Amino acid sequence: MTVTESDAPAVELVGISKSFPGVLANDDVHFSVRRGEVHCLLGENGAGKSTLISILSGMQRPDSGSILVDGAPVRIRSPRDALSIGIGTVYQHSTLIPALTVLENLMLGESRRLLLDKGRARRRMGEIASMLGVEVDPDSRTGDLALGRQQQVEIASALWKGSRVLVLDEPTSMLTPQGVEELEKVLVHLKEQGTAIIFITHKLHEALAVSDRITVLRRGRTVGTISEEEIRSSDDSQIRARIVTLMFGDEAADLSDAAELQTSIEEVEALGARHVPPAAADDAEPVLELRSVTAPGDGLEPGVVDVSLTVRAGQVLGVAGIDGNGQRALAEVIAGQRRARSGTIELFGASVNRLGVSARQKLGLRYVTDDRLGEGIVRNLSVSLNLLLKRIGEPPFWRGGRIDGRRVGSTATALVGEYDIRTPTIATRAGTLSGGNIQKLLLARELSLDPKLVVFNKPTYGLDLRTTENVREIVRRLASAGAGAVLISTDLDELLELAGEIAVLSMGRIVGTVENGPDAAERIGALMIGDTGAPGAVA
Amino acid sequence: MTGVLAAASGLFTQSFVTALIAGGVLASVPLMFTALGEAISERSGVLNIGLEGMMLVGAYTGFLGAYEAHSMWVGFLTGAVGGVAAAVLMVVLSVRMGLDQIVIGIAITLAGEGITSVLQQAQFGGAYPRLPAYPQVAIPGLESIPVLGKSLFDQPLVVYFGVVLVGAVAFMFGRTRFGLELRAAGEKPEALDAAGVSVLNTRSYATLATGALAGLGGAYLSVIATGTFTPFMTQGQGYMAIVIAMLARGRPAWVAVASFVFGISLSISTALQLTGINISTDVINMLPFAAIMLALVVFARSAYLPPALAVPYVRGAR
Repeated sequence: MTVTESDAPAVELVGISKSFPGVLANDDVHFSVRRGEVHCLLGENGAGKSTLISILSGMQRPDSGSILVDGAPVRIRSPRDALSIGIGTVYQHSTLIPALTVLENLMLGESRRLLLDKGRARRRMGEIASMLGVEVDPDSRTGDLALGRQQQVEIASALWKGSRVLVLDEPTSMLTPQGVEELEKVLVHLKEQGTAIIFITHKLHEALAVSDRITVLRRGRTVGTISEEEIRSSDDSQIRARIVTLMFGDEAADLSDAAELQTSIEEVEALGARHVPPAAADDAEPVLELRSVTAPGDGLEPGVVDVSLTVRAGQVLGVAGIDGNGQRALAEVIAGQRRARSGTIELFGASVNRLGVSARQKLGLRYVTDDRLGEGIVRNLSVSLNLLLKRIGEPPFWRGGRIDGRRVGSTATALVGEYDIRTPTIATRAGTLSGGNIQKLLLARELSLDPKLVVFNKPTYGLDLRTTENVREIVRRLASAGAGAVLISTDLDELLELAGEIAVLSMGRIVGTVENGPDAAERIGALMIGDTGAPGAVA
Repeated sequence: MTGVLAAASGLFTQSFVTALIAGGVLASVPLMFTALGEAISERSGVLNIGLEGMMLVGAYTGFLGAYEAHSMWVGFLTGAVGGVAAAVLMVVLSVRMGLDQIVIGIAITLAGEGITSVLQQAQFGGAYPRLPAYPQVAIPGLESIPVLGKSLFDQPLVVYFGVVLVGAVAFMFGRTRFGLELRAAGEKPEALDAAGVSVLNTRSYATLATGALAGLGGAYLSVIATGTFTPFMTQGQGYMAIVIAMLARGRPAWVAVASFVFGISLSISTALQLTGINISTDVINMLPFAAIMLALVVFARSAYLPPALAVPYVRGAR
């Protein structure tokens, strides 16, 4: 058989290199995807996945290398070029505009004509919806749709001009377990119709569930591809071991990390069978108690409604829920950044309703915010000042209104070492650090002074695997040292790994609490989507 | 008590109401043009604080055009061109180079005030030549409706053009590709970029349109409303237009309504003189600004601003 056009990969990246000042983000990367295939791209944050995707989608241009579509070289200079070739990308962060209708979102950038052609857009949307096997009302406001629905609209938008290649960047990070299942169905539909799919994730079990091939990227280079035959023929643990070795290398320094990671991954995978974090002993002293607390939300985001929770010493209470269901309001009402309209909040048995942020901090309450760049750090201040941000003006760092630079410096240096914050110097502007290091900085600041109760809001969101594992270890250590923790997370795996008891937040209400156990994931998923009849739900 | 009532009923004589509405329409037209312009740029994500300066430049170039060419229409054209010229500064410095929109806007206002004053002085040396009054066009039939007829349907032609423009801008927002792209640029520019449309071009066109409309509003002031150009003649109307656009949430029909309300507050002094009630002019001149403050206090919570307003767009910035 001769090589016909259809035998060539739908898209092939050959020898792609791209450097930014000081970083070689992609170094001679080779990658290809065939029609009707899901090819998974795995790698840590900073491994070069995002750069590769932005080259493919036209947001960046490579320094060297070429892109072949159906065997013919093409130049992708802009997102428009990529779309017209039929390469559609669904980014990790939604690119939909919540204030516009679904149809308006889809028509965006569609044509160069003066008037919008809504009739044609409706027809095209019908075609794509049937191709995906979904149904979406074209006239609803996009912001009113559930996140899973919104993602379907994003996929429709990516396929609007053609369905040669679909790139999905961490598509499951915001979805419920049911949403993930729905996504997998959509992918199967698309595969059958010959679309080539590039699937980017850091969750190994997802990669194994959906992919035909898996390629691992490390430090900007493709370090290995696991073929379809290999995935079929070997068992999961072998592949997993192979992937972990590929991702983290086998250099001596990384070995222990990798082994540790692999163990933790297995723990998550095998959850229910063995390691389940302990539920708090009922006789332990309650450190935080919320009774029927109601607080306002901001804008479209709901507040909290009639929430009651108890956290005991040594306990990690998980709070699950799809993002935007009142997580921030809950965290802030506990931290004191938001006033409760009604209900009582008790710390160590005494009401703190009337106390502000700093008074609650003095009692031992700490809040690790999810808005790291916004309220977490002052970007233009140094790492050392950010580490002591909450103690400005206090002795021994300030005396008589004057800063004691040496004292600040030595404390900051110690914290940088203890929490392994990778920064050139302690005088570096905090805003220039990577996301993972900013999170470590926040943790160092919040946890350094004898915390008794810590509220974590999405503590590992957007972090790479290694930092994620560090952060989770910190949470575990904190609990075993006898402090209480509220862990608000949208990552179900994380909650199942760390929390003994998991409350589910939906539209600002606690719709149920689930003891961690073998079928916890399903029960939490059911509660998230409002199926309150689920077994084991305790209202 | 009865005295107060009598005075109040005296207020609502036919001539008073006619004068009030007619004056309100006249005074609202420059506000409406300018606020429509601001609505366009705000929805695209550009907060144009330089509106006052653009109006002044338009008033000056519009007056010059009408004066030299002896034509009201040439005046409107040169007024719009003057506004666009001032907007080019905003486009280059704020939209393209990403400098702070507030700073550049203030610079444009200050420059507009200074340059037009100096040029007027240099050209006419302290004299303020007047333009002839331009004819009003009555709409047959509608004109003879009691009270409203004379006040609403007997106006300079450009007023009717303004009404058409409100509809045109609404159509542009809702039904055209550019309108959709413009709203996207203000709501979430990175989404527009990802869809393959240039955010900078979209915002540039929107800003230029704002300049043209503010210039037209300014030209109306000099060519129609007063018939002459005097330095600082806009008297804060550019800032009022910004408030109107915000209160109307960028919706053209509401821009027209709000402009009319503020137009009435601007014209109330003329109408009050007709009734013979004497109130200090200082108090009356204060009215529009008091009205603005009152409106802000009452409606500020419902004012909607696009999320990306006043944020320069740089691809890939976080």
